Amino acid sequence: MPFKIISSQCTGCSACETECPNVAIFEKGGTFVIDPKKCTECFGHFEEPQCVAVCPVDKTCVLDTSLPRYQPPA
Amino acid sequence: MLAVEPKSCGISVGAGKARCRAHGGQGDLPPAIWDKVKKHPCYSVEAHHHYARMHVAVAPACNMQCNYCNRKYDCANESRPGVTSEKLTPEEAAKKVLAVASRIPQMTVLGIAGPGDPLANPDKTFRTFELVAKAASDIKLCLSTNGLALPDHVDTIARLNIEHVTITINMIDPEIGAKIYPWIFYNHKRYSGLEAAKILTKRQLKGLEMLSARGILCKINSVMIPGINDRHLVEVNKAVNSRGAFLHNIMPLIAASEHGTVFGLQGQRVPRTSELKALQDACEGEMNMMRHCRQCRADAVGLLGEDRCAEFTKEKIVTMTVNYDPEARKAYQAGIEEERRARRGPRHEEVGEHADGTSDIKVLIAVATKGTGLINQHFGHAKEFQVYEVSRSGAKFVGHRRVDHYCQGGHGAPDHLAAIIRSINDCHAVFVARIGGRPMSELNKAGIEPVDQYAHEFIETSAIAWFTSYLEKVQNGQVQHVDRGDGAIRQDPMMSVA
Ligand code: SF4
Ligand code: SF4
Ligand code: SF4
Repeated sequence: MPFKIISSQCTGCSACETECPNVAIFEKGGTFVIDPKKCTECFGHFEEPQCVAVCPVDKTCVLDTSLPRYQPPA
Repeated sequence: MLAVEPKSCGISVGAGKARCRAHGGQGDLPPAIWDKVKKHPCYSVEAHHHYARMHVAVAPACNMQCNYCNRKYDCANESRPGVTSEKLTPEEAAKKVLAVASRIPQMTVLGIAGPGDPLANPDKTFRTFELVAKAASDIKLCLSTNGLALPDHVDTIARLNIEHVTITINMIDPEIGAKIYPWIFYNHKRYSGLEAAKILTKRQLKGLEMLSARGILCKINSVMIPGINDRHLVEVNKAVNSRGAFLHNIMPLIAASEHGTVFGLQGQRVPRTSELKALQDACEGEMNMMRHCRQCRADAVGLLGEDRCAEFTKEKIVTMTVNYDPEARKAYQAGIEEERRARRGPRHEEVGEHADGTSDIKVLIAVATKGTGLINQHFGHAKEFQVYEVSRSGAKFVGHRRVDHYCQGGHGAPDHLAAIIRSINDCHAVFVARIGGRPMSELNKAGIEPVDQYAHEFIETSAIAWFTSYLEKVQNGQVQHVDRGDGAIRQDPMMSVA
């Protein structure tokens, strides 16, 4: 499950961008976004998702459960 | 002997030494160190009357959270602790430095102090320093950090010839640290509570030791948080002193609920001016205390008491032609040094002998000055007052009070006048170049004597002359000496706490 950034809460500090082991995070119009194709939840790299651990605003980097593949089958 | 004379400082130790250094001249500093600080407005109180610094905001990321910082805040119209609206790339920052250097020839120091932690943004920070060193080798490089990542970067700091590093150290006791820092991000993990504070204090002190060992001058910033670390800062002072720190800067906590910081929202009390001064006095032993810090924004430009960042916005810099001329800067600074030499003569004046009963009187005075060591500002135009403590050992700079200037578009603003009086309420007199009738009578009513007879003269000589006549009046019963109240510390800072 990839992470996403709630852009209304992002301060644009860029801390997550440098910590992401997969270069999945980039700036877009002053705040940051995660490329879901690149995010691995940091599996194989670190114990904790780095973007979540470093972000100064709680609940800003969150699991993106809205993607169709995470919806329960109809 | 009553006067503090520079020549006596070479042989004296202890309190005498510290007192002499507090005057900010060379004192007993070895020439090599004096050379590093004499044009640094933060490291030398005397230099701050003459030289300017600038900060560039290239480092927005941070690796920890402090309860006095709210990183969500970012509004172009307001200064908030550690936050600035204009983040620059290293290339933009280097251009800005050159633009400022060519327009403000007394700008001698480039600091990188956030808005996050410069060492949490090492690539951007060091790249900026490299670009500036290449383009303008006469500018001193200066770095502020929370210290968490410091030990990893000491070699780079030394290699890039960064001569001044400020570390913010608010505790050496993790129990206290846990009340200040909710979490840190270290070694790819988030730590909180005691564990976080333990790692942080270890890293900070190690970084300080490593820098001292390399002869890099370290200033320690500490935020005074009443009820949390106020008493403890005396211990912090000893710990950093023994590890070779050069200067200790104890700053008052800024916390108002509208800042949205944890402390602001909790209603954490902020220090009073008298508490801040008492703590600074208590720490002033072996180590030099900084009392002229303005808690600048991460994009501040100019002399410490002013902020000219609005003249150098990103937009304006793009259109500016940069004409950086090291020779012209050198010539201008030689002029400043000439002025400083002229000033040094009259500064250590003796206060006349007086009979018992007045010998331990100390008063604070507020001075309206444009920042060159002269009383040269109109009361109504002053955006800050510099505060001096005058006693029989001389006049000593002990702080400043930022205010909204009283004259607004040619009219006096009564609200501002009341606020100014509140902010200098602990002073016995206010020295000005000129003053209008209304503020004069209000000040008199409040028990603060407006003094305009020393217009355009040196602050310290004038303060001593006034004080001598004050003591005479006390002695012959014309005036009764009373202690004054407390000044208010302003809570809307131009601030960057790294
Ligand atoms: S969870 Fe890890 S991989 Fe995914 S965006 Fe965050 S830091 Fe990058
Ligand atoms: S760390 Fe958080 S606030 Fe900073 S850029 Fe990333 S998502 Fe935004
Ligand atoms: S915050 Fe203090 S130490 Fe830093 S530049 Fe301003 S006055 Fe100097």
